[in-house]
Amino acid sequence: MKLHDPLTRYVVRLGDDALIMGHRLSEWMSRAPFLEEDIALSNVALDFVGRARLFYQYAADLMGGEVTENTFAYQRDVRDFTNLLLCELPRGDFAFTLCRQFLYDAYSLPFTQALCKSADSQLAAIAAKAEKESRYHLRRSRDWMLRLGDGTAESHERCQNALDQLWIYTDEMFECDALLDGLIATGVAVNTASLRSEWLDTVTETLHAATLVIPEAQGGVTGGREGIHTDDLGFLLAEMQFMQRAYPGLQW
Amino acid sequence: MTSATADCIPLLPIEELARRRRRHESSVGDIWDLLDSVMDPEIPVISLYELGVLQDISREGKAVKLVLTPTYIGCPALGIMEEDARAALTAGGYHQVIVETRLAPAWTTAWLTPEARRKMAAYGVASPEKGGIACPQCGSVNTEVISEFGSTACKSLFRCVACHEPFDVFKAI
Repeated sequence: MKLHDPLTRYVVRLGDDALIMGHRLSEWMSRAPFLEEDIALSNVALDFVGRARLFYQYAADLMGGEVTENTFAYQRDVRDFTNLLLCELPRGDFAFTLCRQFLYDAYSLPFTQALCKSADSQLAAIAAKAEKESRYHLRRSRDWMLRLGDGTAESHERCQNALDQLWIYTDEMFECDALLDGLIATGVAVNTASLRSEWLDTVTETLHAATLVIPEAQGGVTGGREGIHTDDLGFLLAEMQFMQRAYPGLQW
Repeated sequence: MTSATADCIPLLPIEELARRRRRHESSVGDIWDLLDSVMDPEIPVISLYELGVLQDISREGKAVKLVLTPTYIGCPALGIMEEDARAALTAGGYHQVIVETRLAPAWTTAWLTPEARRKMAAYGVASPEKGGIACPQCGSVNTEVISEFGSTACKSLFRCVACHEPFDVFKAI
């Protein structure tokens, strides 16, 4: 599925981030360390999948014809997905999932705040909804960083290991490309590069309070925005898309 | 009156005022009244109107057009609300229904009326107030959070320090 219109590509990109993050979180259902946390992870997963639906519905409206939100979720292959690599990494242990969530939430809040000012009124409307939940997402994932980082020796070690592994994937959040440059110029897209200092301030403050060490910069891994992914995304899609691939158009 | 609400005069947010005016000045008041029977599927003591989800009603030819706004993005109940509203309209003789989902202005708990809050509290779900979160059982505001996330996307889980009851709280957004 090749998309040409820049606005549609941008909207789908935002939908992809949300769907893949939501799916990774949903994998924790019935596997979380305790009941409240199981419910919390499922709720955050729902928030992200709900966000993906709004972006995909908008993209479907822009394209017209037979395309629906499900087309984007279930009928595209790995190379068509343009999500951040950070979102697709396997869930790992609980520390890995929460560290990923914290690093993303610290980005997602200023991102949705900035998108509220988009020249595109539908994107601004979606952002105004998403921004509200981003606040409590960040409050929760920050709280977990403090508990795990400043917890037991094992939780601290697991948390630090997760951060060390995740850090090279954070650069991609602030990367600009030709698509973004064009849409930033017209006031539609968020200039993500400009969010980096706010993100780093949040992350630095929290990690310091959590007795964790900011990993040294080693240069970032990118490619997700061009459809170049880790092996893991293929396995995720195989599971997520199975039903619609086996029985196209199946409904509840 | 609990101590959380005793000393405040509720001011209507501008969007809520506009919504009430739409109903008050509507030429299809009977349809608004008809839909007062459609309740939130998760909190079945307040209607879609009281919740703020039902934003507008109009006629387009023979069809009835509803404008709904979602509450929490992750809430799967909007589809049920739409189905329930369609069923109520069909039962009332309106067979053609168009539903438009509108995102802006974004729904907020600030639109809940004191009446809706009282009904929710009587049902066991507290809602955020300026003075703190009051236990729906005993009214104490000496309460603490157990989990940011509760039984549904719209609720978090609290505990009353005074009477020890756990209870749901509508998340403030």
